[in-house]
Amino acid sequence: MPIPADDASLAEVAAALAAPGKGLLASDESVGTIGKRLEKAGLVNDEETRRAYRELFYTAPIGKAGISGAIMFKETLQQAAADGTSFVDCLTRQGVMPGIKVDEGLLPFEGHDLATGETSTRGLDTLAAAAAGYRQGGARFAKWRAALRVDASRGFPSERAVELNAQQLAQYAAVCQAAGLVPIVEPEVLIDGTHSAAEFGAASERVIGATVAQLWRQGVALEGCLLKPQMVIKGADAAGGRAAPEEVAAATLTVMRRVVPAAIPGIMFLSGGQSEEEATLNLNAINVMAQQQGKAPWSLSFSYGRALQASVLKIWSADSSRAAEAKQMAVALAAANAAAVRGAYDAAGKHPSVTSDSSLREAFRGWHGPTASAPAAAAAAVAQ
Amino acid sequence: MQHTMAMRLSSSRGAGMPAARSSSSRSSSRCAARAGRTTAVKVVATSRFEASNPFMEEMRATAAHIATRGKGILASDESNATTGKRLESVGVENNAETRRAWRELMYTAPGLGQYISGCIMFEDFLYSSTAAGVPFVDVLRKEGIVPGIKADTGMQTLPGTDGETATQGLDNLGTKCKEWYKQGARFAKWRAVLRIAGPGQGPSTTAIMENAHGLARYAQIAQENGLVPIVEPEVTLGPGSYSIEETAYWSERVYSHVFRLLNEYNVVLDAILLKPNMCLPGLDAPPATPAEVAKYTTRTMLRTIPAAVPGIHFLSGGMSEEESTLNLQALNEACPNAPWSLTFSYGRALQATTLKTWAGKQENWEAAQKVLLSLAAANSQAQLGQYKGPHPSPGGGRILQALRTGGAGK
Repeated sequence: MPIPADDASLAEVAAALAAPGKGLLASDESVGTIGKRLEKAGLVNDEETRRAYRELFYTAPIGKAGISGAIMFKETLQQAAADGTSFVDCLTRQGVMPGIKVDEGLLPFEGHDLATGETSTRGLDTLAAAAAGYRQGGARFAKWRAALRVDASRGFPSERAVELNAQQLAQYAAVCQAAGLVPIVEPEVLIDGTHSAAEFGAASERVIGATVAQLWRQGVALEGCLLKPQMVIKGADAAGGRAAPEEVAAATLTVMRRVVPAAIPGIMFLSGGQSEEEATLNLNAINVMAQQQGKAPWSLSFSYGRALQASVLKIWSADSSRAAEAKQMAVALAAANAAAVRGAYDAAGKHPSVTSDSSLREAFRGWHGPTASAPAAAAAAVAQ
Repeated sequence: MQHTMAMRLSSSRGAGMPAARSSSSRSSSRCAARAGRTTAVKVVATSRFEASNPFMEEMRATAAHIATRGKGILASDESNATTGKRLESVGVENNAETRRAWRELMYTAPGLGQYISGCIMFEDFLYSSTAAGVPFVDVLRKEGIVPGIKADTGMQTLPGTDGETATQGLDNLGTKCKEWYKQGARFAKWRAVLRIAGPGQGPSTTAIMENAHGLARYAQIAQENGLVPIVEPEVTLGPGSYSIEETAYWSERVYSHVFRLLNEYNVVLDAILLKPNMCLPGLDAPPATPAEVAKYTTRTMLRTIPAAVPGIHFLSGGMSEEESTLNLQALNEACPNAPWSLTFSYGRALQATTLKTWAGKQENWEAAQKVLLSLAAANSQAQLGQYKGPHPSPGGGRILQALRTGGAGK
């Protein structure tokens, strides 16, 4: 489908991103985060490797496979394919809108650490100027991630974490809309922990409810933004094995119906902690149930990172000459999830994933800024 | 300014416009949600309050029943003072018997249950009977009409504001709810009133916070005791030349505060009903067409009312009987597959001509009941988006009444 014209309203852009059967590729991992994955796969974390890795996705026909937008890291927005075509052009030519991660990573509360504590998100101070630059550079939408933790024993998520992150998300959204970027609002409630789905649902209602309240408070136009929450799912360390997709669907729809206004065109779920196959099965179950029950006025779609990438990296890192095969995998993963958005994924069939069935959960998901191993890339990123 | 941006967006796309208008189909069919509702919605309890509340399933079923498509609520919970004024206006003496007889006329109208799914009652009449001795709650239940009860005790002015009000009635509300439940009520209603003083002068933050709190706390207490709370945050139609956009803006502001607090107070949205105002310009501004009313009202609802709420029952406050039906029809045309029922909770819009027809005379009893049925039927059709007219009570001006304060619900 054609990309909305440059002067299209934010509502038109948001609607196009959340169009029926479409979803987002989250490929905006920071240098540190993507670096850990590349290194774990036996590769070097340098700018060329990161560039070549992203090229697999942006030059594969993911647009036709159902991707409406790709979120990029700021370094990547400046990069190009081997033949010199900018990544922005690679994407827009195939009907995929470029998006940009605009937050500067998580900042633990005083006395907390990143792996176990509560955080706020950095980046508001420089956002307005940065947003204008990104829009000029071709980005049509932005993303900002807040992370909240569920831990009843410590009173998490605390009132402070809920309110502060909600305010920051709303401020970010308002600034982006003023700069012509559709904001994806991501209040991620982390899957880490032993909580039940009901507990997670309660936390999600609190967190998303507070976030939406702040969006209202700060005059963010709901028709021109998207929400990126976690599905309502029990903790990664909770007993009882994996939840059935129908359970995830019922819990997720209950919560979304309670806290997400219909004016928001799309709920683009994140996949954090789920395996590639789980992410597809759960999304499909959500859409099948929504079609049966109604009362689901937004698109129920995806903004997946690892669930669209893990198998691609596995193939390519094993042998970089298998790039074509890796690109086919990118397309297959995208197509499976696009089918899930329509509630048409064949749950009994074979999922294209080739990563093991275990979750793609990572303990460390935050960013502290330029890493010591890539000072040149960092300098270039800062200088742009 | 953010407010301006919000309005610019709406005019560029128009929430709820028919799908055919735009190539980005999903965008303009916010109301065109998935077709084919065949399965009951499964709800997962997410709070201890919800999980441990023995009334939860019954309340969800009650709310869903009241929000049945093609049906709405008859609001007949006027205080004795207000009822008296209306009786006197058609030449009927105001006493306990005439007030009771007036309710009997409405509640025993044959076939009322085809169009009415719930009836809000004033406390006196929850405990009253027909002349033949049949309790009103039984009469209603037999017709499939759920009895409901006005739960608040009236308004008081907020000191330091320009005549703004707070609603009273939280003290002992739990005990009262238990009694009402025993008597057969299964839902309650609490009316909060906000006002726009003039162009650029919306309700004060004090008034918004106070009324949002009252509504949330009442809703929590009602659910605790098995009554589905109708949450009524009325941004009232008043004098002034403020525009319909302003009404929409302030309505959004009020409802967003209300729903923030409902969330904070663990009120289960699957088991409430909303009774909001439609968006109308001030009385001194040019009147809006039904299409304009629909555009701003549906946009406001889409922006603030979560899909979990089963029914949005608009109040008629001030609108004539015909206007109330035409506007409801326009709403349902604009939003044919809304996630909630867009329906009515009408008082004056179902009663005005009915009362005039009766005028207290026994020989007019049946004719008056027929008028009530025809008004209910017209609004039922409007809820289904199928109202064609002519209206049983055409024309008619605004039916306004002054805001009463100082009440203790008497």
